[in-house]
Amino acid sequence: MLTDQISRRDFLKTSGALVVTYALAPKAANAAIDPNDLGPKTVAADRVDGFVAIDGKGVVTVYSGKVDLGTGTDTALTQIAAEELGVPMQRVKLVTGDTLLTPDQGPTFGSLTIQNGGVQIRQACATAREALLDRAAQKLGVSRSDLAVQDGWIRGNGKRVAYAELVGDRRLELKLDAKAPLKDPSAYTIVGKPVPRLDIPEKVTGRFTYMQDLKVKGMVHARVVRPPAMRATLENWSDAQCKQIPGYLGAVRKGSFLAVVAHDEWAAIKAASAIEARWSKWEGLPDKAKLWDHVRASRVAKDEVLQNAGDSAAALGAAPKLLKATYDFAVHTHGSIGPSCAVAEFKDGKLTAWSASQATHLLRKQVARMLDMSELNIRCLYVEGSGCYGRNGHEDAAADAALIAREVGRPVRVQWSRADEHGWDPKGPPTLIDYRGALDANGNVSAWESEAFIPERPGQIAVTLVAADLANLPKEASHPGNIHQGLAIPYAVPNIRASAHWLAETPFRPSWIRTPGRMQNSFGNECFLDELAAAAGADPFEYRVRNLKDPRGLELMERLRKLAAWTPRTAPAGDAGEIAKGRGVSYIKYELVRTYVGVVADVEVNRRTGKVRVERFFVAHDCGQIINPDGLRNQIDGNIIQTVSRTLIEDLQWNRSAVTSVDWQSYPILRFPEVPEIVIDLVDRPKERPWGAGEPTAAVVPSAIANAVYDAVGVRLRSVPFTPERVRAALKA
Amino acid sequence: MSKTISFVLNGRQRSVQVDDPEMPLLYALRNDLGLHGPRFGCGLAQCGACTVHVEGKAVRSCTFPVAQAAGAKLLTLEGLGTPERPHALQKAFIEEQAVQCGYCINGMIMQAAAFLQANRRPTDSQIKEALADNLCRCGTHARIVRAVKRASESMA
Repeated sequence: MLTDQISRRDFLKTSGALVVTYALAPKAANAAIDPNDLGPKTVAADRVDGFVAIDGKGVVTVYSGKVDLGTGTDTALTQIAAEELGVPMQRVKLVTGDTLLTPDQGPTFGSLTIQNGGVQIRQACATAREALLDRAAQKLGVSRSDLAVQDGWIRGNGKRVAYAELVGDRRLELKLDAKAPLKDPSAYTIVGKPVPRLDIPEKVTGRFTYMQDLKVKGMVHARVVRPPAMRATLENWSDAQCKQIPGYLGAVRKGSFLAVVAHDEWAAIKAASAIEARWSKWEGLPDKAKLWDHVRASRVAKDEVLQNAGDSAAALGAAPKLLKATYDFAVHTHGSIGPSCAVAEFKDGKLTAWSASQATHLLRKQVARMLDMSELNIRCLYVEGSGCYGRNGHEDAAADAALIAREVGRPVRVQWSRADEHGWDPKGPPTLIDYRGALDANGNVSAWESEAFIPERPGQIAVTLVAADLANLPKEASHPGNIHQGLAIPYAVPNIRASAHWLAETPFRPSWIRTPGRMQNSFGNECFLDELAAAAGADPFEYRVRNLKDPRGLELMERLRKLAAWTPRTAPAGDAGEIAKGRGVSYIKYELVRTYVGVVADVEVNRRTGKVRVERFFVAHDCGQIINPDGLRNQIDGNIIQTVSRTLIEDLQWNRSAVTSVDWQSYPILRFPEVPEIVIDLVDRPKERPWGAGEPTAAVVPSAIANAVYDAVGVRLRSVPFTPERVRAALKA
Repeated sequence: MSKTISFVLNGRQRSVQVDDPEMPLLYALRNDLGLHGPRFGCGLAQCGACTVHVEGKAVRSCTFPVAQAAGAKLLTLEGLGTPERPHALQKAFIEEQAVQCGYCINGMIMQAAAFLQANRRPTDSQIKEALADNLCRCGTHARIVRAVKRASESMA
């Protein structure tokens, strides 16, 4: 289907150019090995050549399905590969997130890039190194045990051979050996070192090419015209006014998907505001003032018990002291500083889409479904964009571009506006958790119950593409819901029941935003535990420690205690002045199976204004083997600062039709003067496996702040964000 | 009717043909002149990612009409320094590793460069105030403040 008013042929006539020249994305163009020279490269994740290639000059190319979302993982993955292969980092090139070249290692989410992606690459490199040692032994006539690898050379008994010579320009046609021996961490010279990030010199001098900078020859610019109500339908439109704009090419309409296309970006922006469109009314969003009633009343698709021990109901019934509380967490937007952007090109029935998608393989599936194409005819390439903290608008921009490009026959760049990004990115869903807890005569927790109300996550974990939705094209039947991990608690409690009401509906397209689920769950868990500690008259730090059995967790907490110079406190400070100071603690073993984090927050509460100021965060962090301690510290800073922002300030605004917080004034985030000091103690365990660090610290930030506020002024904040109005109301209550 | 607008960009005389003199300078710099330093963040002068210097002053190029740049001296991140010969701020940002995604960093450096002209030995809190209208989403603030401080010390 084409637009109502312009046929494809007319469109091309208007645009004045019929020849489109194909251009490779910079990353693929710079790849050390041109896969086309050797026929199609395997992307199998069980093949060494899926992940690694060595060329005749000894340049190593590593193919990673996990991408760098602005966290420094390209550097860390390069460190891992260089270390395991025994080559200098400068000899390693990385190709990431290209469906034609890189294995599908799953989306870049969940703090899994190092933990899963890096570990897979390490194993592939170890397999390659072992095989090359075998080849070298044969070639040099030297016993395998006399050989050593250094700087891409294998040496022994005075002889040597380079990797390059052993491989030539052939592929490493090897099956990945899950048992290939790994290098002894005590011999590491690259992993574990604070290697400077490879991308920073270019980023601070304007040489780096972000997705937003990518230009493809013959490219035109498009803007999508968004309906004023989220599910409104397009009734009528006219682009008569747009035709006055020099450079305007035409409009693309498909269902309620409407876009304008122009030679240059500014003309597209002007056309998007000049186009006249009539939309149906739609007021299907819940009343924000009654959001939690709406959540409680939402249809439950399924109830699930996530943790169960003893008999919590009986224990609660028999308890001398019973506590109940409800914790809720606002709807958040991702808020990347650079709005989503993508370029798509159709050529000879094949689609190429460049985007900053954290999941190019998944995007390919979704676009294939939307456009009724074979995945084999679609190539999605990752080009780094503005920081990505989850599934934001990048995939949607890619789908927009693909849909428009198919209609106009030219490469199309779609750049979302700030209002597109704030208004149309999928959101962190509203989360509500009810708690009940009981203390025994000794003040120990005798029973714990939690009930979460969260959107269900049936089937495939994919966020519906906006374009598919608006254009009424095939799309996923389900949404990603939220994540339950972290609702279960790490403490020894005899009677426990953690359960989820999986809701069939949620107001906005739900998405994962940094630490999805675990942030909301840890907020409730660690605050409610604090409530129980206070009811027991116990020091909240000591209370946690005495209910922890995990030696690694206990070691972490002892380091935190020392770092923060924690002094016991069993009741709020009771400071009567206008400014009250307090400190709070929080702990997590991420998803109960990996990274340990303990934090202490120091806050100031202004009793008059209700403003909470976070002065300082102390962080003890154990993610096993550290690949790059400086990169890790940078990530911990980011986790803390971004989550302080979410906890104190961020709250999506909407009316019955649409999101109304569509810029930085209506959706403010933390600014420099409010940024806390951060003091970090890293526990490095070089002999352990590396775990993720992109999310776990964020999980404990809201609870540590809430607990510190209690310590300062004796009130419990149970709704994120902790706005001055809410604090004042709590102080008055 | 397109119009030619000329200015001195990073020390070189340059001109652009524009259909609309009200077009923000940002689009001329990025699309017509192919620069990657100034970045589109909001188009509302709220975040600072697009910051460039016009006659030595930090301005938000996403709302600054290109016509107003006629005859002016413009400086962008590319003109401040290069990987081979970085400006003191760029050097300090590398040394402090004061980047996560780096999308906001153009604004941080350009805003700080103008600020350091006026205040050569700022305190941490003066730096924070000077950058209060520049937004970072990754949470790189602490390192950015350290980098600006380091640069100011190296420039003294």
